[in-house]
Amino acid sequence: MRRISWGTALIFAGLLAFMVAAVGADVFASNDPLRQSLLLRLRPPGTATATAYFPLGTDDLGRDLLARILYGARASLMVAALSVSVSLLVGVTLGLMAGWFGGWVSIIAMRAVDTMLSIPAILLAVLTVAVLGPGFFNLVLVLGLTRWPRYTRVAYAQTLQVAALPYVRAAEMAGCGPGRILLRHVLPNIAGPLMVVATSEFGLMILFEASLSFLGLGIQPPYPSWGSIMSVGRQYVVRAWWLTAFPGACLFGVVLCVNLFGDWLRDRVDPRSQGR
Amino acid sequence: MPELKSRLLQALIAIFGVLTIVFFIMRLSGDPTLLLVPDGATAEQIAALRHALGFDRPLLVQYGAYLLDLARLDLGESLVQHAPVAGIVAERIPYTMALAGGALLVALGVGLPAGLAMAVWRGTWLERALAGFVLAGQSLPTFWSGLLMILFFGVYLGWLPTSGSDDLASLVMPSVALGAITMSSFARMTRIAVLDELSRDYVAAGRARGLSYGAVILRHVLRNAAIPVVTIAALEVGNLLAGAVIVETVFAWPGIGQLAIQSIASRDFLVVQTIVLFVSMVYISMNLLADLAYGVIDPRIRRDR
Amino acid sequence: MTALSVRDLSLAALAVRDLSLAIGRTNIVDAISFDVAPGEVLALVGESGCGKSVTAQAIMRLLPAAIRQTGGEITLGATSLSNLSARAMRDLRGRQIAMIFQEPQSALDPLATVGNQIAEALRQPLARVRAEVRQMLVEVGISDPDRRIDQHPFELSGGMCQRVMIAIALIARPAVLIADEPTTALDVTIQAQILALLRRLAAERQTAVVLITHDMGVVADIADRVAVMYAGRVAETGPTAAVFATPAHPYTALLLASIPRLSDVPKSALAVIDGQVPQPADYGTGCRFAGRCPRGDRRCVAETPALGPVADGRLVACFHPVGG
Repeated sequence: MRRISWGTALIFAGLLAFMVAAVGADVFASNDPLRQSLLLRLRPPGTATATAYFPLGTDDLGRDLLARILYGARASLMVAALSVSVSLLVGVTLGLMAGWFGGWVSIIAMRAVDTMLSIPAILLAVLTVAVLGPGFFNLVLVLGLTRWPRYTRVAYAQTLQVAALPYVRAAEMAGCGPGRILLRHVLPNIAGPLMVVATSEFGLMILFEASLSFLGLGIQPPYPSWGSIMSVGRQYVVRAWWLTAFPGACLFGVVLCVNLFGDWLRDRVDPRSQGR
Repeated sequence: MPELKSRLLQALIAIFGVLTIVFFIMRLSGDPTLLLVPDGATAEQIAALRHALGFDRPLLVQYGAYLLDLARLDLGESLVQHAPVAGIVAERIPYTMALAGGALLVALGVGLPAGLAMAVWRGTWLERALAGFVLAGQSLPTFWSGLLMILFFGVYLGWLPTSGSDDLASLVMPSVALGAITMSSFARMTRIAVLDELSRDYVAAGRARGLSYGAVILRHVLRNAAIPVVTIAALEVGNLLAGAVIVETVFAWPGIGQLAIQSIASRDFLVVQTIVLFVSMVYISMNLLADLAYGVIDPRIRRDR
Repeated sequence: MTALSVRDLSLAALAVRDLSLAIGRTNIVDAISFDVAPGEVLALVGESGCGKSVTAQAIMRLLPAAIRQTGGEITLGATSLSNLSARAMRDLRGRQIAMIFQEPQSALDPLATVGNQIAEALRQPLARVRAEVRQMLVEVGISDPDRRIDQHPFELSGGMCQRVMIAIALIARPAVLIADEPTTALDVTIQAQILALLRRLAAERQTAVVLITHDMGVVADIADRVAVMYAGRVAETGPTAAVFATPAHPYTALLLASIPRLSDVPKSALAVIDGQVPQPADYGTGCRFAGRCPRGDRRCVAETPALGPVADGRLVACFHPVGG
């Protein structure tokens, strides 16, 4: 058992806090994130009324910022987790098949990867969401279906390596079909590097969700997202700094923790990369 | 020059692939006519437009016509602004180029020295401090750092204009916001490349013939380390153009990023399509350019070509 | 001075006295001493991990950050290197003391031309010293020097790269050359050529050579004298011919017996030294070879044998030397 450093513990604590906030948003939020109150517009942090307390202040429609940030964490976590799952599934399937079958399968798959990577991800997402229309489901679909190429690259390269190992050859000789070999023997051996990619993609997805929502192409009002709260905050940046500062700090903190976790994971999966 | 030929072929395949993907995305909604009509059009107007634009033809025919138009550099006409799309986009390109240039300057100017310092002073407090700085830059959402800068330098201190494109001063904050992430990847890449080179025998050999550590780095290490860094420098230009979508919105900078978002709002999809194609083409060309740059830096490749 | 010198020190181009090196608190090289005269080749021979390569780095004052010199003195001619400033040491490198490496191709910068890298040893731009560099390429036996001078390392074979390394090392006429396994990475046929070249240039230019190797065959080929190292100490030193004819240290004797000879093979199996070299952390108080030594006894485990004279010009660190 390796001793875990204080820094590592802090990363885990940060990630745990994010998850807990997202899952238990309805428990922690004392106010309804959607209830408007035009009398309480743009109140600063610490505002208290006879019936309610707003620790982080209120937004332009008098809604509780803390509640909106908590529910925003939920949106962020769900979009990131679902879109990473979709792209992981698509990317790994393609990569495994390309690595195992080679030939035309790999040529077409790897050309598709190059092509997808030639369109900057955020623009591709912007165009697709614009065509399909914004919303939670489309957001997950678009992010999931545009972000698979990095998994394919890693799965392809790793499958080529693993497929040449004697025990995989032995399983093939013993009459195992390709599906069984890929799932039972190849996949467990390439899971480590894939997890590293998935972690870095998870951080990116959180950023993408916030960016698209900031541009008005993500989670739609009245439902809260960190990006859309900040997009309102931009209009009131002089009068209501809290609308920008708090959700932004949450976003920064979560992405920072995810990136640090990714570095930590990479060092464990691939000791040669230690400290890189 | 077989290597160069295959690179060119790869670039052509990528261009073709991008055109195809964009074509099909535009048809994802079912009827692209609906993306192009101004709000409040009648059913007859829509039907007439559908026929005029050829969207009632089979998909493959449409696809062929689309490729043919693009081959003639005919990007179509905006039905919202009643002007050629090419002109509408071209007008905004210089602004985005200026922004990307400023961001690249920030990224290279900070990222390369930071990466070099992290490698040379490995294991010291300086490396740890810079690593924290780089990590922060990598995790900062550009719209947040942009807004914070507006709040602090624009509103609180009043040093810099908070938006617009009137002079060079208004380029400072958008460039820093956009350049931060790229700066981080330059710093990381430079650090790894320099560390790789520092562990090689020629560093010890250079010192053994009387060169100082600094001289070995300047004369030998930097040039070798530049090879991997040049590749990502080229790729980052594409990322900068894409990141401009957000930064331009935050700072009201009149480049193609802002145009893209405005065009989505006004349902001017041909403009959005053109911007996506333009940025992808720049990205692919930069990739090709990086490959060519290898040959200039690395004599081993020069000979192969 | 604990270790005896059998020879007149004023003759030495390089003298190492009681050099000790450590990683943290673990000694990896323990008070070793040797010297080399101008034009002489001294082989520092031993298995990997015995401390011969770090000794070379210590002489160049190019030790990795983790390794410290904990004692001893290195003198180059009349200059003591240990107290020299970093700047003064740098001025000596390449001019007074030079080094060649195990893998010539990775010891050359792949992106710089051969000529430029040789000129660096003269601290001059290539344009100014081109004739001199060209002449040096001729001396190390590179044909077509006018073309080679502007080529890159990848255009040269491994043997040619090592010749270029020798040219870099010797162009400024240093008094001492350290050669760290200079032929290990090369083909057998090329090995002999490079050794012969080193031998000839050392004699012509009166360069003192410290040749670091694990290969007794190389020692026999080129060295005037040999210092056998075991686990961070010198076990035995003396003229090569004498040491090979009558090894005094049991380790040297076993090492020589393990060299395959054509006449031996059909008759008997190769002698193999039982056991393993101890790790630096496990170095005890006694002789470090005691655990594997056929002649070891209780005294060998308890006490460290000092390096002492056994015959004319020969020193051995053993309580029970072979034939003694």
